[in-house]
Amino acid sequence: MIVRTIEAGKRGHVGAAFSIVEILRVLYDDILKFDAANPRWPERDRCILSKGHGCIALYVLLAEKGFFPESELWKFCASNGILGGHPEYGKVPGVEASTGSLGHGLSFGVGFALHAKLEQDNHRVFVIVGDGECSEGSIWEAALCAAKHQLSQLTVLVDYNKQQTYGTIAEVQGLEPLTEKWASFGFAVREVNGHDVDELRNTLREVPFDSNKPSVIICHTVKGKGTSLTKGNLAWHHKAKVSETEVASLFASLDAE
Amino acid sequence: MRKTSLDMVYELAKRDPRVVFIGSDLGPDTLKQLKAEFPRQFLMEGVSEANIVTMAAGLAMEGKIPYINTIATFLTRRCFEQIVLDLGLHNTKVRLIASGGGVVYAPLGPTHLAIDDIAILRAVPNMTILAPADADEMRRLMLQTLEVNGPVYVRLGKGGDPIVSRADLPCEIGKAILMREGKGALIVTTGICLQVALAAADELEKQGISARVLHVHTLKPLDSAAIYENAARVPIVVTIEEHTIVGGLGSAVAEIIAEASFNPPKRFRRIGIPDVFPDQYGSQASLMARYDITAEHLAGVIKELRSKTA
Repeated sequence: MIVRTIEAGKRGHVGAAFSIVEILRVLYDDILKFDAANPRWPERDRCILSKGHGCIALYVLLAEKGFFPESELWKFCASNGILGGHPEYGKVPGVEASTGSLGHGLSFGVGFALHAKLEQDNHRVFVIVGDGECSEGSIWEAALCAAKHQLSQLTVLVDYNKQQTYGTIAEVQGLEPLTEKWASFGFAVREVNGHDVDELRNTLREVPFDSNKPSVIICHTVKGKGTSLTKGNLAWHHKAKVSETEVASLFASLDAE
Repeated sequence: MRKTSLDMVYELAKRDPRVVFIGSDLGPDTLKQLKAEFPRQFLMEGVSEANIVTMAAGLAMEGKIPYINTIATFLTRRCFEQIVLDLGLHNTKVRLIASGGGVVYAPLGPTHLAIDDIAILRAVPNMTILAPADADEMRRLMLQTLEVNGPVYVRLGKGGDPIVSRADLPCEIGKAILMREGKGALIVTTGICLQVALAAADELEKQGISARVLHVHTLKPLDSAAIYENAARVPIVVTIEEHTIVGGLGSAVAEIIAEASFNPPKRFRRIGIPDVFPDQYGSQASLMARYDITAEHLAGVIKELRSKTA
């Protein structure tokens, strides 16, 4: 479905979508409370894709869950469609905040979670951030604030695929020790294989890990996983003018599993 | 003006539980009454404007009406993208209460001078921009902020400014106020420069020249109709503001005058801070004098333009 969406729009952040497929699958299949027929249901869990460029994977799941018709996927980036290269609040049912500029989603999540805490609401907030995005200062402002308010309603999932646009995270601006960083900012931290559905599900079922702290799950992932063509391939971080030949190659290289 | 504005936040918070105050590391006694009586409506966060603005957007999307207060420069430049996207694009009911608009913090230097806040915020769709002339008018405008859809920026003056606004005139967000009738020239002003404009009009009257004074407390949405209609009645239009002449009130009025294609054309001039970083300390008054934002200069410009008209 992701490849068909890319085929329709002839563009997209391919690697960024493939690395979060299992994270979104587990969230929407097993963890999040939502009502696709009533996307603003007050008791829903809020899920924000802060790394908005991974939106194709989100769109496919939202369509599958019935937030909007599957036919919208085939209008990806078209002038008459609702699905753009980054997800928009108010335009796409199920999207909780417009993201695309990095470093905003976690602060939105802090606002949502703080509101839930102030009003003693039971819903939870999940924010998916990229590893490259963790270079943004606002991420760490938000982290300090979440810890200060002891927002146990908040869970951050870091898509740690170790690659960003120019090269590897280690080359461009290293994040290590990432687990210790989040812990020192006041989060309860777990690490998982971000492609292992069972491990993701079991870990997400245990949040909050500490009743006085926000949680973070460092998801070790592989950028572009899912096709041998895109896996770990920087050229597929973002592609415009995707040709029919490339689409055929993507379909041919889809992993069998 | 800051104290009055925070008193107003307390009043608004008392009457509407959706109101939440958010400070960015302000003085220890800030709104302590609010904190004591309504602790769930009081937040004091760290020096982190980017996070605060987006967090406030998140709170607003859940139904709160956050009022954020800190120094104007930090509440605009530092977190501009958060304002554009998370307040503007999301059209969230967040209020930015900006201390020290203009050159109030003259002794603290250019890092603290908010001389471009109106220009940059004018470019943000959905934004409302208010610049009251004094504490009384600020109170009247603040009361209306509860109802405005979308984000609101309130530019505060120094405090203790002389009261020149009038309770007997209607004060409504989005509507300019004609403070004085006159046929010789139109002075368009905003914020505390209203007192400068009125003083200039007094001086001109002594010399037999009558000047209209239009006070634009709402810079966005701009009352273009009032500016057009008042400009149509006079040969000369001069704007005066405690702000850079690049992109502020003067620019906005120039756009209206240019597009109106008046025949004969209006004689027009902008008075404000030129395209420079202020290079002196001193006081608000001394910096305004340095850049000719004075009643004497304003009156002189109008007399000069009269001679060109004739």
